[in-house]
Amino acid sequence: MLLFLSPWLVGFSVFFGYPIVMAVYLSLNHYDLLSPPRWVGLANYRYLFTLDPQVGTAVKNTLWLVAVLVPAQVLFALGIALMLARARSGVGVFRTIFYLPALAPPVAATLGFVYILNPATGPVNALLGHLGISGPLWFQDPVWAKPSLVILGLWGVGNTMVIFLAAVLDVPRHLYESAAIDGANWWQRLRWVTLPSISPVILFAVVLGVIQALQYFTQAYVAANIASGQASQAADVTAASLGYPQDSTLFYPVLLYQHGFSDYQMGYASALSVVLLVVSFVVTLVIVVNSRRWVHQAGAVR
Amino acid sequence: MKRVVIAAALAVAVGLAIATAAVGARHAGPTKLTVWVGWSAGKELVTFKQVAAEYDKAHSDVTLTVVGGITDQKITAAIRAGNPPDVVSSFNSYDVGIYCGTGAWLNLKPFMDKSHISTSIFPKATMYYTQYNGTRCALPLLADTYGLYYNSALFKKAHITHPPRTISELTADAKKLTQRNPDGSLKVVGLDPLIGFYENVPERWAQAYGAKYIDSKGHAILGKQAAWQKMMKWQKSLVDWYGYKNLVKFQAGLGDEFSTSNGFETGKLAMNMDGEWRVAFLANEVPKLQYGTAPLPVDDAQPDLYGSGYINGTIIGLPKGGHNVDKAWALVNYLTTNVHALSVLTNGLKNVPSTTASAKSKEIVPNAHFQTFIKIFNNPRSSTSPIMASGQSFTNLVQTFWQNYQAKGSKNLGADLTKLDSQLDAQVKQAGGGNGGGGVP
Repeated sequence: MLLFLSPWLVGFSVFFGYPIVMAVYLSLNHYDLLSPPRWVGLANYRYLFTLDPQVGTAVKNTLWLVAVLVPAQVLFALGIALMLARARSGVGVFRTIFYLPALAPPVAATLGFVYILNPATGPVNALLGHLGISGPLWFQDPVWAKPSLVILGLWGVGNTMVIFLAAVLDVPRHLYESAAIDGANWWQRLRWVTLPSISPVILFAVVLGVIQALQYFTQAYVAANIASGQASQAADVTAASLGYPQDSTLFYPVLLYQHGFSDYQMGYASALSVVLLVVSFVVTLVIVVNSRRWVHQAGAVR
Repeated sequence: MKRVVIAAALAVAVGLAIATAAVGARHAGPTKLTVWVGWSAGKELVTFKQVAAEYDKAHSDVTLTVVGGITDQKITAAIRAGNPPDVVSSFNSYDVGIYCGTGAWLNLKPFMDKSHISTSIFPKATMYYTQYNGTRCALPLLADTYGLYYNSALFKKAHITHPPRTISELTADAKKLTQRNPDGSLKVVGLDPLIGFYENVPERWAQAYGAKYIDSKGHAILGKQAAWQKMMKWQKSLVDWYGYKNLVKFQAGLGDEFSTSNGFETGKLAMNMDGEWRVAFLANEVPKLQYGTAPLPVDDAQPDLYGSGYINGTIIGLPKGGHNVDKAWALVNYLTTNVHALSVLTNGLKNVPSTTASAKSKEIVPNAHFQTFIKIFNNPRSSTSPIMASGQSFTNLVQTFWQNYQAKGSKNLGADLTKLDSQLDAQVKQAGGGNGGGGVP
């Protein structure tokens, strides 16, 4: 029996069990990566919850993402999927066009967005300028930096869109027919047939989106480094550009990275990651438990 | 049968003898030494390799391999993995507190004692940023000092006859030199004071006001000195004169600092605070640009600070776990103390030579622009930033604070600075695992 389980067991312990146990262990230690860990008890957690001046900002920024980016992505992906499901011709072409950005590597996509949204030389503000609109500073403005990342997130929403499209096309036709016979209009069919039928997929997209938002890192890291104009060989200033401008893109995982890898505080970074794990778990649990009220599982008995 | 066995045994013996001879020969041959450096830009790395090649040629017992483009993260990862190179160097003297404190870079004192190298041959500031709480784990390999670059053609056009010496002169000149487009956006900026721009970090301006980070016990004292508030309020007033948003937009249109579209090189910045290496970049990239160099202007109330500047620099040392420690030390010793080696590096990199003797070397090609920085380097009031247990996150926290202030201002800067002090103290304590501290300059 164990033999049959062994591939899974090995994978689980090496890539999941061991790192978690180590993270919890290191979070209770002072560990600078270079000298052996030294037991400090709950000191890291005390600093995290009471003293670290950046944790509050990072948490606020990350919550903002969960509250804005996740609903925006789900609605946008669903909207496109609904439109594609109704299209009569050229479905293949449009599906490809909307999916394509999802294939762009996040770093390249972010570089591209910082470039086209450059307030001085980028084409977007040039275009807005021709229309008589003075464009915002986008990635250089603390008010606009997060919305800019949201635009980037919406652009790359292809994966979710394809899953929604499959779910929408999978809704049994006879339900629409009987709804039509009852005189339901477009909105009523969407509200009472489509949405309940695809609700498990919406749940999936929300849970995945929330977890991704809690772990949001690559785009924020690249955008801050490039937009701050300090991505240069001067090793002593790159860490200062994390969160640029004015800590508006300092998300929790960015802070975690900063402490672990550029401040040499792996013990403290482990404490941050343990808290992130617990929060992700609790948030997911809350969503899943809460979802029983609105998710329609086919064949389930209530 | 017996003969066959004997023959076989003989063959094995001969084989073994040849094998051991081969192994022995390999031991007698030159030792391979690997050197990691941060330089990556074409000419800089070439110059370092040239010095390494000279050493290689003169020392038959070693063969050198130079690897460029190395960051601190790569060095740390290699030390952690237990297979570091023999010699490491870094641009980042801020993290010396971590390297020396953890023993990741070896203590050089025993080596220096054995080779009779005294710390007195190096200027004082360089000796501070290469140690932590008395443990010396690095030596300076050339140094950086910061001063004011000004565009002479633009000065002439604005009828400015000499570089500014005080902050009020600097402010007046900056305003005079600034040109705006018809739509109000900035075309040429007299001096871009935004913290975070190119080389603009708090510690380099702090020097101009004599502002200190820590007291003799290593506690942060930004809120306790008038200098920090005076300096930050001046900077904020200049930022507001341009308009914060205008400056940010202007900066977004400038090229990367280390590229040919650097704002000073393209003439969009009439004055700029920068390091001495810019002299070499300007000569290579825009040889026709007319410019001058001068010490950074200082607080009007403290004119005797004029001539001094901020100093830090490249550091070099031996990583824990290196294999050929003695031969590696011989190389480090040569690179950091040999006047000829330092002169060649100085000529090629246009970084400041880091021993007192090499600063006077006749081998160094005279250059009026560069001479300014050697003078700043030797000024007794020049200084550097504190080496703390929390490394560069200490100065980064101050920088983040200032960046928020320059954008949003503050109702009570003094109180905010006092709060920052307690955050800095807590950070240092946390970084040391409860007993962190700082080295007093």
